[in-house]
Amino acid sequence: MRLKRTGFGWLLLSPTLLLLGLFGVFPFLYVVWVSFHEWNPFAANPEKVFNWANNYRALVFDRGFLASLGVTLAFVFFAVSSQVILGYLLAQAFMRDFPGKAFFRTIHTLPLIMAPIIVGSVWKLMTTPSIGIIPYLLRNTVGFDLNIGTSALAAFVITVIMDVWHWTPLVTLSLIAALVSLPPDPFEQAQIDGADRWQIFRHITLPMIAPALIATVFIRLMDAMRTVDEVLMLTGGGPGSATRFLGVHIFKEVFPRTNYGYGSAVSVIVLYLTIVVCWLLYVGLIAPRTTRR
Amino acid sequence: MRSRKTPWLSVALWSLLSFVTLFPIYWMFVISMKAPVELFSTPDILLRSLDWSNYVEVLESPTLRGYMVNSLVISSGNAVLVTALGFLACYALTRYDLPGKESIFFWTITNRMAPPAVFLLPLFLLLTQVYRIGDFSLLDTRIGMILVYCTFNLPFAIWTLRPTLDAIPKELDEAALVDGASAWRVIWDVILPLARPGLAVTLILTWVFAWNEYLLAATLTNFTARTLTTGLSEYVTTTGTAWGIMAAISVFTLIPALIVFSLVQRHIVTGLTFGAVKG
Repeated sequence: MRLKRTGFGWLLLSPTLLLLGLFGVFPFLYVVWVSFHEWNPFAANPEKVFNWANNYRALVFDRGFLASLGVTLAFVFFAVSSQVILGYLLAQAFMRDFPGKAFFRTIHTLPLIMAPIIVGSVWKLMTTPSIGIIPYLLRNTVGFDLNIGTSALAAFVITVIMDVWHWTPLVTLSLIAALVSLPPDPFEQAQIDGADRWQIFRHITLPMIAPALIATVFIRLMDAMRTVDEVLMLTGGGPGSATRFLGVHIFKEVFPRTNYGYGSAVSVIVLYLTIVVCWLLYVGLIAPRTTRR
Repeated sequence: MRSRKTPWLSVALWSLLSFVTLFPIYWMFVISMKAPVELFSTPDILLRSLDWSNYVEVLESPTLRGYMVNSLVISSGNAVLVTALGFLACYALTRYDLPGKESIFFWTITNRMAPPAVFLLPLFLLLTQVYRIGDFSLLDTRIGMILVYCTFNLPFAIWTLRPTLDAIPKELDEAALVDGASAWRVIWDVILPLARPGLAVTLILTWVFAWNEYLLAATLTNFTARTLTTGLSEYVTTTGTAWGIMAAISVFTLIPALIVFSLVQRHIVTGLTFGAVKG
């Protein structure tokens, strides 16, 4: 009876395992296998030739890839840290009772369901010099010429602002959920004991919202690492390589070339780096907390 | 503890924020309602007249209409498929004593977290060279895209359904089994009706994720299965100055998301954080 029931459980699970195997696991194993080969179907020798780790060796000297890695890390750092700081401040501001709370909260959720490519398109319409309102206002008020097509810094900053616009709501709403669920007693006690705002934040609020905060930062980091669509739309990765993040690099530089072996090596390394970043975060933030308890 | 006065600072901050959130979207509507000539004069914040010609042009283009149909078919097909399979899988994982079921739960989510860009090349190669029967390859087919989207939507469905299925008492299944119902009947007549709200949320959110997807659609389709999101980027690169059309396509792509938003607003944050935060 029990064996039969377990068998039925596997039966229910099998289509899911099959699909994830075919379109998740197998592609992963395949790309690792291809990455150890020289394979360009349009080259003189279109066959796969095993070439040890030559693709990986080439990667270390690939300036395009390294530049892309650098801007990705900078983007992730600026975007996620701004989102966390802004998100926390907004969540705190939300804790007071004020008219129209539900309305404001609803508005704030809106960017979260927008397609990344639409976010890119929206910001392209805002910042393109000839039609955008932002360059127009900047030129006529402070005389600054914003041109994301020519200025590397401007393009990078606008991509960060766009990401902050798109994803700060997730941080804010998660933190609101965490703050709302906190018991009031420790805060009252701390105030009676004469703790200042910083002390209350550092020793009471922060430890109590830490699980929600860490979970949110974790999800944001993963998502920021793989930002592609909106940047493709907004800047196309340019000017130069200013906003050519890893995903954009694969899409625009690696994929169109038919150097499959090398492209596979890039894909594997990007996946590996994403995992490493997450693992470091897990070891640094989550694991110590769970073992301490 | 907190002051009784209305905290005007909070109101001001949140009003400003709402403006910042809404203005870019409003601006897209403004651009979509302008004739090309108007766009090259000074940017005007107010919408002086409604010019629907951009929308008409999008709707009259057979190519873009085809893209819309593809988007609808792919996202609906995918949402139904992943919700059904995710429901069965999640039911199995929450009810049956399967060895390593927590690892399976965790493993499914890793498929969602991996960067999609990494899968462009292997999926392209597999679809063109390996997953094919004779001349039929999954590349540039609707069914191919429906299956490929399972990689990120199926784990999402499983994780979104988990709290729903956990909340249905196991005694119910057991009672029905004791009464002589078959395992399939238990799922169909006992669990399914109770899980309906969770299933609806899952269906809607997976639908919108599939609808919104761009990267895989842009690389794994050429012509016959292209979706509205790819149409958007196509339009921009080929005719870089048709801003009104671009804005109008964006609006068309955004509308379903807005409808979804009004339906499941409460569940969006919980969904996007995989239940780590109850929004």
